[in-house]
Amino acid sequence: MTFLLRRALFYLVTLWAAITVNFLLPRLLPGDPVQAMIIKLGGRLNSDAMASLYVLFGLDEQKSIWEQYLDYWGALFQGDLGLSFTFFPTPVADVLSQSLPWTLGLVGVTTVIAFLLGTLMGVYAGWKRGSWMDNLIPLTTFLSSIPYFWLGLIAISLLSVTWPLFPASGGYAAGLVPEFSGEFIGSVLEHAVLPGVTIVVSSVAGWILGMRNMMVTVTAEDYVLVARAKGLTRKRIMFAYAARNAVLPSISGFALSLGFIVGGALLVEMVFSYPGLGYVLFQGIGAKDYPLMQGVFLVITLTVLVANLLADIGYLLLDPRTRREG
Amino acid sequence: MSPVLEIRDLSVDYGKLRAVHNVSLSLNKGEVLGLAGESGSGKSTLAYAATRLLQPPGHVPSGEVFFKGRDLLSLSEKELQVLRWNEISIVFQGAMNALNPVISVGTQIDDVLRTHRPRMKRPERTARARELLSLVGIPTDRLGAYPHQLSGGMRQRVMIAMALALEPEIVIMDEPTTALDVVVQRQILGQMMRLRETLGFSIVFITHDISLLVEFSDRIAIMYGGRVVEEAPASEIYRAAKHPYSQGLLSSFPALRGPRRELKGIPGSPPDLRSMPAGCPFHPRCPSAMDVCGERMPSLESVEERRRVACWLEDVRV
Ligand SMILES: Nc1ncnc2c1ncn2[C@@H]1O[C@H](COP(=O)(O)OP(=O)(O)OP(=O)(O)O)[C@@H](O)[C@H]1O
Ligand code: SF4
Ligand SMILES: [Mg+2]
Repeated sequence: MTFLLRRALFYLVTLWAAITVNFLLPRLLPGDPVQAMIIKLGGRLNSDAMASLYVLFGLDEQKSIWEQYLDYWGALFQGDLGLSFTFFPTPVADVLSQSLPWTLGLVGVTTVIAFLLGTLMGVYAGWKRGSWMDNLIPLTTFLSSIPYFWLGLIAISLLSVTWPLFPASGGYAAGLVPEFSGEFIGSVLEHAVLPGVTIVVSSVAGWILGMRNMMVTVTAEDYVLVARAKGLTRKRIMFAYAARNAVLPSISGFALSLGFIVGGALLVEMVFSYPGLGYVLFQGIGAKDYPLMQGVFLVITLTVLVANLLADIGYLLLDPRTRREG
Repeated sequence: MSPVLEIRDLSVDYGKLRAVHNVSLSLNKGEVLGLAGESGSGKSTLAYAATRLLQPPGHVPSGEVFFKGRDLLSLSEKELQVLRWNEISIVFQGAMNALNPVISVGTQIDDVLRTHRPRMKRPERTARARELLSLVGIPTDRLGAYPHQLSGGMRQRVMIAMALALEPEIVIMDEPTTALDVVVQRQILGQMMRLRETLGFSIVFITHDISLLVEFSDRIAIMYGGRVVEEAPASEIYRAAKHPYSQGLLSSFPALRGPRRELKGIPGSPPDLRSMPAGCPFHPRCPSAMDVCGERMPSLESVEERRRVACWLEDVRV
């Protein structure tokens, strides 16, 4: 328990540092966000509107950086992340809360699926070394070596252009209103197939390979030989003795990939014009939308920290050696 | 006395390399059979092959192993699984690693009971596990402990408790105490021998520490380069080993009691499986080698009642 508390404290400090950097970075960069927006809107603003923009973004007064920092924290605690330029005048918090579920639902779920599927396949491949499962490895490795961008485009051109089986873009069919209905959910699932499958295909090989190799290492351990000598069932040996130990090194890798969900969503959602955080970030970068970018980076930071905390809990549950007494 | 385990003409290969050559040995009821020999002489390979625990690339090209009249090598996986641990259990070499680090020792003992005694209820199994722990002198509240929370000696005791869980006929102990200090080693072995007297199982005791063997076993077989080169009652081996290799092994350990002998050891190094010398495999290192030794292999012959030696010095035909 004290171990978890210590980790949590560590993550809080990391969070503080990340938010501070997040605050400083755009202020150190050249360029004036309001100026960028004015140019974007191309003279359709009168001087009053421009002035109100400066007020809105807090760029009007000559505040010291320290005051700005305190204001920043105050706003953060109220969930106020400013207004987005790109989706002006929607608050950044609203943009994030609308797009985050899409990303978590697509990239998050498929990341977990890829991990579970790959690990399970790795368990079997490592247990039955030299079986047909081994032939799967070069294939999946080849698929994962294709840059994701290409894989996505190939999937679109084959499965939604040549054979129009699945929609190529968006999160649900145009014209539907997000609601809890069979039609809407069906459409969401249909739209998730191509991006979801490509994510799994491009990342499953790593899990298979890692788990297979660990299984091979672990099955040579004495305790697996003991388990066989004990006459335990094959299933019990394979999972409770071999896989339970072999999976331990994968946990931190899994946490890493969970933390990478939002960052990794950028590419996926660009290719499939998926209405998630990655696509929002893509648009935000193009428009020099500082508040939005800061908001997305904040979410990324949080997911990385949460993923690490989950990994700590995972190790605590799976590896008794990390549980220190006292 | 009828043997509980009888190995007949067993050979074991790793790929194309032969690690065990035509070994015949028998283990009688209630007996402690010691297997000695330098590292790499094939002791573990013999034990694992005889119990069908050999991992690829290891395989058995020829030979038979009879357990109470049944040929172990021709049993199906299913029949074998029933027999495992019920009849033959093993205390493994390097017990530091023989317990699963992520499961409590209680669960590891329970695994055995749950698999082999499906009708035992949970409280009965827990009671049995406690009983086993106290049998080997471990406080019963350590049932929930994980291996890393126990000392090396305690882990080895847990292994022994687990090996006795189903009251097997045979316990194979492969270097059971190598990593432990001398005092703990003797404590554990002494305890094991007392348990044997009360429970009546037989032991195959493997080690390269021949002084332990002399102290704790009834009969000793000495292996060299995958062959048994001498087999005799422990007292006979200690008093007057006949094979020059056995003599060398004995002289590399200080005497337990009685007059001190000179520690000579054996010159040279153990043979390489890939290039076994022709004739007697020991001849390059043997102080008594003769011409015939480099040419022809001496076979394991009975030289006295209960004593077999493979050495031209003992062969009346030479
Ligand atoms: N998995 C394996 N693959 C190939 N050769 C092996 C394998 N295991 C053992 N051997 C070889 O078989 C021979 C016998 O090994 P074994 O482990 O039976 O010796 P041992 O007498 O038990 O030695 P130790 O006292 O070190 O335990 C050695 O030469 C070893 O190199
Ligand atoms: S046969 Fe010859 S070489 Fe081999 S042990 Fe006997 S005397 Fe030595
Ligand atoms: Mg060995």
